[in-house]
Amino acid sequence: MSDFSEELIESKTEDDQEESYVFSGTGMSFPWLQNHIGTIATGGKKEKDFAQTTSACLSFIQEALLKHQWQQAAEYMHSYLQILEDSDSHKRQAAPEIIWKLGSEILFYHPKSNMETFNTFADRMKNIGVMNYLKVRLGEPGGGFREGTDCMEHWLWCKNNEYCYRKYLLFVYLWGICCLWTDEDDYAYNAASQSMLNHSCKTSVNLGALIQTPGVWDPFVKSYVEMLEFYGDRDGAREVLTNYAYDEKFPSNPNAHVYLYNFLKREKAPREKLISVLKILYQIVPSHKLMLEFHSLLRKSEKEDHRKLGLEVLFGVLDFAGCTKNITAWKYLAKYLRQILMGNHLAWVQEEWNSRKNWWPDFHFSSFWAKNDWKEDKTLACEKALVAGILLGKGCRYFRFISKQDDEVLRKKIKRIKKSVENHSIVNPGL
Amino acid sequence: MDLEEAKEFKERCTQCAAVSWGLTDEGKYYCTSCHNVTERSKEVINTGAIPNTKIQAINRGLKRKRKLEKGWDWYVCEGFQQILYQQAEALKTLGVGPKLKDEVLHNFWKRYLQKSKQAYCKNPVYTRGRKATVLEDNPSHSDWDSEPDLLSDFSCPSFVESGPDSQLDSRTQKPFPISKASQSASICSGSLDGVKYSQQKEKGIVKMTVPRTLAFCYLSLLWQRETITLSDLLRFVEEGHIPYINAFQHFPEEMKLYGRDKGIFAIESWPAYEDIYKKMIEIAKFLDLPRFPDITEDCYLHPDILCMKYLMEVNLPDEMNDLTYQVVKMTGIGEVDFLTFDPIAKMAKTVKYDIQAVAVIVIVLKLLFLLDDNLEWTLSNIAEKYNEKNKEDKPWFDFRKWYQVMKKSVDEKKQKWEEARAKYVWKSEKPLYHSSIDRAVVYKRREMVVSLQKQFSALTDSAPTVEKKSPSSFQFNWTEGDSAGTCFHGHSLQGILKKKGQSLTTKNSLYWLSTQKFCRSYCKHVTTYEESNFSLSYQFIINLFSFLLRIKASSLHEEVSLIEKRLFKRKYSKTQKKSRSRKRRKY
Repeated sequence: MSDFSEELIESKTEDDQEESYVFSGTGMSFPWLQNHIGTIATGGKKEKDFAQTTSACLSFIQEALLKHQWQQAAEYMHSYLQILEDSDSHKRQAAPEIIWKLGSEILFYHPKSNMETFNTFADRMKNIGVMNYLKVRLGEPGGGFREGTDCMEHWLWCKNNEYCYRKYLLFVYLWGICCLWTDEDDYAYNAASQSMLNHSCKTSVNLGALIQTPGVWDPFVKSYVEMLEFYGDRDGAREVLTNYAYDEKFPSNPNAHVYLYNFLKREKAPREKLISVLKILYQIVPSHKLMLEFHSLLRKSEKEDHRKLGLEVLFGVLDFAGCTKNITAWKYLAKYLRQILMGNHLAWVQEEWNSRKNWWPDFHFSSFWAKNDWKEDKTLACEKALVAGILLGKGCRYFRFISKQDDEVLRKKIKRIKKSVENHSIVNPGL
Repeated sequence: MDLEEAKEFKERCTQCAAVSWGLTDEGKYYCTSCHNVTERSKEVINTGAIPNTKIQAINRGLKRKRKLEKGWDWYVCEGFQQILYQQAEALKTLGVGPKLKDEVLHNFWKRYLQKSKQAYCKNPVYTRGRKATVLEDNPSHSDWDSEPDLLSDFSCPSFVESGPDSQLDSRTQKPFPISKASQSASICSGSLDGVKYSQQKEKGIVKMTVPRTLAFCYLSLLWQRETITLSDLLRFVEEGHIPYINAFQHFPEEMKLYGRDKGIFAIESWPAYEDIYKKMIEIAKFLDLPRFPDITEDCYLHPDILCMKYLMEVNLPDEMNDLTYQVVKMTGIGEVDFLTFDPIAKMAKTVKYDIQAVAVIVIVLKLLFLLDDNLEWTLSNIAEKYNEKNKEDKPWFDFRKWYQVMKKSVDEKKQKWEEARAKYVWKSEKPLYHSSIDRAVVYKRREMVVSLQKQFSALTDSAPTVEKKSPSSFQFNWTEGDSAGTCFHGHSLQGILKKKGQSLTTKNSLYWLSTQKFCRSYCKHVTTYEESNFSLSYQFIINLFSFLLRIKASSLHEEVSLIEKRLFKRKYSKTQKKSRSRKRRKY
């Protein structure tokens, strides 16, 4: 919507009657003759003052919009609306489009306006018959508007759906940012988005307000935050992300926390803060790949609670089928178990293991897995073997299988594993 | 649908068993809950239970209502008469004497009707006696006062029916010829003769239009030699002090306006000076008016006085009055015979008093400062130096300072004026429609516009409406002793005049003519105004004054040229030269 004003200024010169200067041979101009020529276009009648004042009004609106004087623009628009009753049918028919373009821009920016007024306005313009224009308008510039068009239509038909409405508006403004910040090869695209971006920067206050509306705005928030960071507004970015993540009105969105976490990490926030953010993520998505990072943070923490939680987190990650082959997770677990057991926190391990001992053996440590893992990834198998040994004792199938394996590279490792299991297994031998 | 009138009907409805009745237009009862219409109508019920007087009242009420919906029958010229009446009232509010409305304008109007109706009407029935009454002074009561009387001047039979109080004045009454069309109002216009009126193109007849109402007003003002010039009048119209645009909104409720009437009464342009001026002369000729009362030296419209007024208004020193006086004298434009309007004269012309006065001032400025983008600034430098050194004395007039002050004020005023114009609401509150078919469309459109407007006005701060300025003859006001010397009235021209024997002459001894060669062909203009041919100072002065009078710059330039022609008669009688002439000015 931001380039409507500029567009209109261009189109206005087309609309104006061409001021042709009539020159005689000596180069003199005859202003009065000019007027007569001008009237030929209007069928011999001089342009009425009504037409003159309405076009003056239009240019005042455009000027006010360019200068961001929303109040003035609204005042002029109030008067301009009489063009809908122009006796000149051409002007009358062209009016709704213009009014839609300018009116929606005013209503979008004016501080006193809100979604309700905008919807009412759109409703009325729809009645006047401005639908066709909308579809056309959304198709440019560039081709990436499909989503926007669909949303727009969706919006128009279910305008009470706040999600769609906000999405449409944000989309229109932020598509430029997305293009700019994602790797788009289309240079023409980028040129347009650059100007859009510039404009968007100026309207960032409004964007911020919009993102606060409950909803899922992941790509927009991401890009918006990137933009804010780029311009050095770290506080603003932090605020946006915090709101996005913690506001109760928003639907529970793991990504929100991910973004916040990444941002804080970039900012080199204190560990405590990072931990608190990830804690929530852990509650939402225990299997998230960031959990391993979370574990690292917890492991390094001085608080015992955190260290205990670190164990929980690891176990939590490995509860999920998708992570069974995650070697890092197994590595961590193996290492951590040793660490914890050396730290005399057998109780923690037992607590975690209690809820899992019924199903983990089959889930992770079956002979099928033993063979499979060894075939696919020996290192993984070793780590798992260690864990299995610690948790299940050296008698478990997995451990026995691996320990029997003879591999040149890993011989030493296996030896070490055997030793660790001997030392640390929580299972009493013979049980 | 008056529930009161249906109270007597106490039966239960056959369909819904409710007792709640209303009356349809035809006078039949209908149930207000299920809209079941009965065949029982009022008259049947009333005879038994209700006394006669009530029946009569009810009948009359029904009849009256019907009449109101249809409205009165009225002719287009009555509409114009209404407008003139409103305008005259407005002029009275502005301070014009009541004689204008009661006598002058009224007589002009009656004369017009006479002149036009004679050939206008197919059956010229009315009396010649009318003519005799016009030129006499009418000391007795005027007919404007009561509206029924007003309209009774042109009463038609249907009128007499509905208006029970029309006492026809014996002297001025004469019923209109009854044309068959009068019984049924024309479907294409609210007025009876709207269609015919707009189609009529009779030669020799000046057809009345809304702009011509202003011409009438001005003629009356001129006759009375009131202190309102034509440019003042038009400015008052634009500012809304005199009804013009949408004057029909104030017609009585019963005068319904639609269809062809729209083209006649709905105006979408402001009156232009040149246009109204031409129409004024045209009407004066058409009405065969005699020579107007003399414009003498003590008259407001005399150039001496107008020059004084305009000099004050544009903040120029009072001392310049001497010079304007001289110019007026030399050119002879202060002569009574020159100034007084005489339509019947062979070369009927009237003086554009305001433009001429302003043109004189322009000439004086040219005499003093040359306005060649050079001398005026040199003289300003001298004045500035003097003023710095002699702070206690009367300051010398500094053109540059004046220019700066005026430019700022004028630009501000112009900006406000343009903004107000852009915001101007042309459409009347009640929309006009062409026929019953598009009436619904028009009203719907209006509804939509109003609702949209509400949205946007909710966004603006409360009380955004431009305060209607109280009408004033002066657009600029400068007072002595105001902030930091912005008033130049008391400044002296000493710096730019020099002694020559007993009298003073200008230090500047050069001059250039605004137009060297006048056009002799039959085009309307005798000269053109191409801005780039002239100095910036001259352009500024011309633009300043043309904004003041709300006229085109070319009109003012033309007037300046014409007066210069008179001033330098000898120069023009010689063979023409192409180059800019330089002439020695003498007192």
